Amino acid sequence: MARADFQLCDSPPGPLPEAATATALYRTMRRIREFEDRVFKYFQAGRIPGTVHQYQGQEAVAAGVCANLCVTDYITSTHRPHGHAIAKGIPLKEMAAELFGSTLGCCRGHGGSMHMGSPEYGMPPASAIVAGGVPIAAGIGLGCRMLKPSTAVACFFGDGAFNNGAFHEGANLCAIWDLPVVLVCENNLYAASTHVTLSNKIPRLAERARSYGMPAETVDGNDVFAVYLAAGQAVSRARSSEGPSFIECITYRRCGHSRRDQNKYRDQQEEAFWLARDPLEVARARLIGEGVATESDLDAIDRAAAEEVQAALDYGEQAPQPQGDEALRCVFSEEPE
Amino acid sequence: MTIAKALRLAITEEMRRDPAVICIGEDIGIPGGWGGAFTVTWGLEREFGLERIRNTPISESALIGAAIGAALAGLRPIADFQYSDFMFCAADQLINQAPKMCFMSGGRLKVPLVVRAPVGASTRGAQHAQCPEAYITHTPGWKVAVPSTPYDAKGLLKAAVRDDNPVFIFEHKLLYGSSGARKEDNAVQVDEPVPDEDFVVPFGAAVIRRPGRDITVIATHLMLYRSLQAAEELAPQGVELEVIDPRTLVPFDYDTVCESLGRTGRLMVVEEDTRRGGWGAEIIAEIAEKHRDLLTAPPVRVATYDAPIAASPVMERYAVPDAHRIATAARAMMGT
Repeated sequence: MARADFQLCDSPPGPLPEAATATALYRTMRRIREFEDRVFKYFQAGRIPGTVHQYQGQEAVAAGVCANLCVTDYITSTHRPHGHAIAKGIPLKEMAAELFGSTLGCCRGHGGSMHMGSPEYGMPPASAIVAGGVPIAAGIGLGCRMLKPSTAVACFFGDGAFNNGAFHEGANLCAIWDLPVVLVCENNLYAASTHVTLSNKIPRLAERARSYGMPAETVDGNDVFAVYLAAGQAVSRARSSEGPSFIECITYRRCGHSRRDQNKYRDQQEEAFWLARDPLEVARARLIGEGVATESDLDAIDRAAAEEVQAALDYGEQAPQPQGDEALRCVFSEEPE
Repeated sequence: MTIAKALRLAITEEMRRDPAVICIGEDIGIPGGWGGAFTVTWGLEREFGLERIRNTPISESALIGAAIGAALAGLRPIADFQYSDFMFCAADQLINQAPKMCFMSGGRLKVPLVVRAPVGASTRGAQHAQCPEAYITHTPGWKVAVPSTPYDAKGLLKAAVRDDNPVFIFEHKLLYGSSGARKEDNAVQVDEPVPDEDFVVPFGAAVIRRPGRDITVIATHLMLYRSLQAAEELAPQGVELEVIDPRTLVPFDYDTVCESLGRTGRLMVVEEDTRRGGWGAEIIAEIAEKHRDLLTAPPVRVATYDAPIAASPVMERYAVPDAHRIATAARAMMGT
């Protein structure tokens, strides 16, 4: 399939949910965007160690899916986990401290950017091995079905995972065992630098997922209301033991793949098209246009997000650094005395 | 009681004790089937049902990944591979996921997972023959048990199920005592009475299977029995082997080994894995580094030669250590 033949999603815009939810979706996206933009500055200035894989541009997916989940539901995530973690409710301070490698971080500094997670928010450390989280999500789904009825699992992965065996093995288990799992494919068109058409012969990944025997649809991943609706239906199937679903969200990174990637492998026209379809601007226009919120309501949300994120980063940067020998802790679960 | 039956008894007792314990694996829970490749889970679905004796497709990544996920959600899965050679299909889950989950969460998550895997050459050729313990002992985050008797099989498996960490149990094909259509040629009979009551064998506690004054021999599984056979052969010639069964490789009971070396001064490790980089090399390195004073002679490894295992029984017998090779190495060590 030629790159030019890739079809954008032409699904109709998602209906606005009731006002409080609609505004909350916007707020979650803003908190993610603000966090990622500020983290990027810290990273570029050398104040955050390691590497970062950022989520700018894909906020509608994490926000739209996780708004359908409770704190007791589970998600699995990827090397690009900040957005998922924020949408699932992990406090920004704990995330920031984790990025700075402090023991006050949500993984005590043992996880870092790519293994962000927190058990109390239903997010095991994200797996930075592409597709590695899919079989694990199936297993969490099995455990939930046996021990915690009506609990749902959302499994996030990118288009890059779609040609990895672990995805297929895990998706098939979800299907044959009717597991309460929502498989969320964030198709941002690029697996690192490889365009999705170089790795797939079919125009829609959802087509192949459907062949496992589960409902699968493709939605506009930059329309948070469309994602919210599709995920809501999938989560409700999961809760009522109707089995897994697959949602392909077509979206786009506004940032590089990681670190200082400048996206030189992307087509300029393509980039311009997507950058003009910022999920936050799309939502903002809908909220104001349909009279759900005013410009100044949303500005107030933006300001609050900026303040919260900055306070979190200040906290994280000042949080105590560990002693070196913390490196040897937590290899095994602490034995009861 | 055979090892296969002792393992089945352990699973049965643990599943009765704790409803969170489940079995997950290939070709288990199939009425009319085998109960895994070596009959260990045979018939358990009749008592526990197919939800808890859960058969999977031939999808090793999914099988182990699902077991990890199930453990994260509160179950205590016992996953099994038909042959340990197949575990490499699940390498990401076994190396990158299971043993790092507790660590990456800063100790806030536990993964109470047991993986069972049959090892050993048994005339099936190169891909159904390996002893891959070293790949797992090398990876921080796993505990590794290597039961060689029915009593230990039951006690170690029960301890593994109750452990909050990932535990690998390697079992030997020729020691199971599988019967009927699953009977193995050249199997070693290791039947012994196993108490019906609830007991566990603690990890990190080696046992001396045969006392002897001359050479401390560390061996597991089939090599344990071949070492005992060599000890039998050597005794009339005045060479005494002290044969130690470590029972777990992680944690490893160096205390018992050092105590034995205090008497013998000579160390031999016998392993069925190929020689280069095996767990035996690690033990010798550890003793050489930290307890050099206990050694009166250079330590010796007897191991499978560094080649894949051939299908030909003649070639397999050549490559894998037998009692004769162990005895020859022991005599050379003694200079007799």
